[in-house]
Amino acid sequence: MKEDEIKKTLFQLLKKIAPETEPSELQDDDNIRETLNIDSFDALQFIVVLDDKLGIEIPERDYGKTTTLKLLLSYIKNAIEKQKS
Amino acid sequence: MIEFKMPSLGADMEDGTLIEWKKKPGDTVKRGDIIAEVETQKGLIEIEIFDEGIIDKFLIQEGTKVPVGAVMALLQPSGVSLETKKEKEPAPLQPTEEKTIKSTPISTAETRKIKVSPLARRIAEENHINLESVAGTGPDGAITKENVDHEIAKIEKIEPEKINAPAVAIRSAIAAAMSKSNSEIPHYYLEKKIDFTKALAWLQEANSQRSIKKRLLPVVLLIKATARSLSDFPDLNAIWENGLQQKKDINIGFVVSLTTGGIIVPAIHHTNLKSVDEIMETLNDIIPRARAFKLRSSELTDSTITLTSVGENGADVVYGIIYPPQVAIVGFGTISEQPFAEKGMLGIRSVVKATLAGDHRATDGLIGSRFLAAINNYLQNPDSL
Amino acid sequence: MENATTKIKTTYREALKQGLREALQNDERVFLMGEDVGRYGGAFAVSKGLLQEFGEERIMDTPLSEAGFVGAGIGAAIAGMRPIVEVMTVNFSLLAFDQIVNNAATLLHMSGGQVHVPVVIRIGCGIGRQLAAQHSHSWEPFYAHVPGLIVLSAGTHEDARNMLHAALQSPDPVILFEYTFLLNMEKEIPAEATPVTITKAKVRREGKDISIITYGAAVYKCLEAATELAKIGIEAEVVDLRVLRPIDETTFLASVSKTHRALIVEEAWRSVSISAEVSARIMEKVFYDLDAPVQRLCGAEVPIPYANHLEEAAIPQVNDIVNTVKKMIHHD
Repeated sequence: MKEDEIKKTLFQLLKKIAPETEPSELQDDDNIRETLNIDSFDALQFIVVLDDKLGIEIPERDYGKTTTLKLLLSYIKNAIEKQKS
Repeated sequence: MIEFKMPSLGADMEDGTLIEWKKKPGDTVKRGDIIAEVETQKGLIEIEIFDEGIIDKFLIQEGTKVPVGAVMALLQPSGVSLETKKEKEPAPLQPTEEKTIKSTPISTAETRKIKVSPLARRIAEENHINLESVAGTGPDGAITKENVDHEIAKIEKIEPEKINAPAVAIRSAIAAAMSKSNSEIPHYYLEKKIDFTKALAWLQEANSQRSIKKRLLPVVLLIKATARSLSDFPDLNAIWENGLQQKKDINIGFVVSLTTGGIIVPAIHHTNLKSVDEIMETLNDIIPRARAFKLRSSELTDSTITLTSVGENGADVVYGIIYPPQVAIVGFGTISEQPFAEKGMLGIRSVVKATLAGDHRATDGLIGSRFLAAINNYLQNPDSL
Repeated sequence: MENATTKIKTTYREALKQGLREALQNDERVFLMGEDVGRYGGAFAVSKGLLQEFGEERIMDTPLSEAGFVGAGIGAAIAGMRPIVEVMTVNFSLLAFDQIVNNAATLLHMSGGQVHVPVVIRIGCGIGRQLAAQHSHSWEPFYAHVPGLIVLSAGTHEDARNMLHAALQSPDPVILFEYTFLLNMEKEIPAEATPVTITKAKVRREGKDISIITYGAAVYKCLEAATELAKIGIEAEVVDLRVLRPIDETTFLASVSKTHRALIVEEAWRSVSISAEVSARIMEKVFYDLDAPVQRLCGAEVPIPYANHLEEAAIPQVNDIVNTVKKMIHHD
């Protein structure tokens, strides 16, 4: 999966969680939850749909590694790489 | 005959608009069944019925605004043999006047006899048209088929536009309830700093063993600890109506913020009897429904106390305003790392500030203080939750 | 096919005569008896010329004794003949009422089903020729009250022409009401005999706004009223009852179920009348289809007056029907 596709999927999932925001306008270093006003409950829902959609399980201790768009993207890419190997 | 009335879904509710009947005459209903969908200031609410029986007839047509307490439907209590079907058959001895009186329950004070042709009445019943609102142009002002058809056409025309913006309605509901509270309830405020480190560690451990879908949020522990403490201090799990009335069930109303602005407070029924996992499941169920304005009437009416939690990266402390007729609201600020002194040592701890706003007519600070201390104690022993 | 049949213009009187002739031609058991039916050609000239055509054995003048000759007709029917008994006016029929009700109507029942009475009693009936209370009344309800009788009302030329044939097929006594008011009226009907039932009412005009239910001399008045009403956009359905006993309720109930309103028009007195019966059945069977109370237009409850204007005022006229329907539909 290319980075563009991952990004597109992420935006779709975020749009579902926070329908009245525009996830595609997120900058690389924006804190996703703060920018999109996602509370802890919705954040958990996002983790759940990430797992459903991409098969990537983010453990709680890694939450800190996924706060910005850039971080989240590279985390997912790594996870996909790991799955392949 | 059992009367099903427009329920009050909060002290501030005066009326609601019947959007849809979810059952039809002849259906058997039992306690807890959804009988109707009503639009209130808090959105579209599924109304539950608390009687058992068979629906005899609907008295209110869909699309009608009805005051709280108005009779909306009649039910045959279960166990009574039914003769609902018979009404359709030619029954020479059946006085039509009796039906007329039955169908005008709203204005009990000025029950007037409406003249309706048998055909018009039949069509009105089939389409849940309230004959009170139909002007008759037949002989002696009787309502005819033409008049009812006209009414049906009118309703069909307005139906799609009728759902008004829930955000505006919710704003005004909050305004009404909070103004009433602030002007009537003498609030006292207490605050307690709670070391949340052990609870977080317990959570981390618990979540590492759970699938993503079953993961717990910190707020679940706060809810559970509050429920336990309420068992110890039942005066706070109460309403103020002609004095303090303790409530048997502990149904914590959980404040859900709406992304469009405003809040909705669904009840977590029997919070004290639920495990932390069950509380989490309840949250997973009611939060999305609250945001979609799809709550049930009991979830809006049964709260015995309110709990508000700021969540991550928010304010450190929240001082609530009591939702009448409740007598207390518990608040939790953001969980954050703080310098924390204990046993002569200074350390960094995850800290949450718990507050209580109490109705001073109902309880005093001492009870409130002990209550917050109890919450603290429970959170220091998360295993026991 | 209706188009294929030749139509002729004929009076009601001529239609009745053709029906009689044909009956006499078709079945030699058939004979006609009554006051002045032979040499005089009938009080209303219905049987004029039949004596010459069929001879004295089959066209019999009788003494002025209704009980006697109606009773004789009943006896002949029991004995295997197919008598047609003419009673000049419905007023005089009461002299034979005992024979009709106590004998003709009861024998089948009292003989345990062994004795049929296939007699046809034609009775001149109705109002409107200044014959006063001695000769004009609408007494169909008297007969329609009696079980064992079949009571027919020929309100149209079609029925005047064809009902007699169907009546003669009945094994049981038939009272056939003919309307003196209609005798000179001309209408177009098929030249040939057309079979009609004597069990069903008939929708004479279709409409969706109201059912006008009627019989006898009022049928044409109602049809004329319906034509008037159509000009102002009211589509009235006209139901001719035709059979007053046993009454065919299915036809008028279906009509009322469709139009949701009913006006019953008859020339008979209102109380305890055919319209009372029809109204009751509508209420019993299709109450929930009614969009307005059933209304009735009936004869005034007086002996029929001689004076022309009073006679007219005594029974429903076209204008009355039009106005009542307008009132029922527009409520003004």
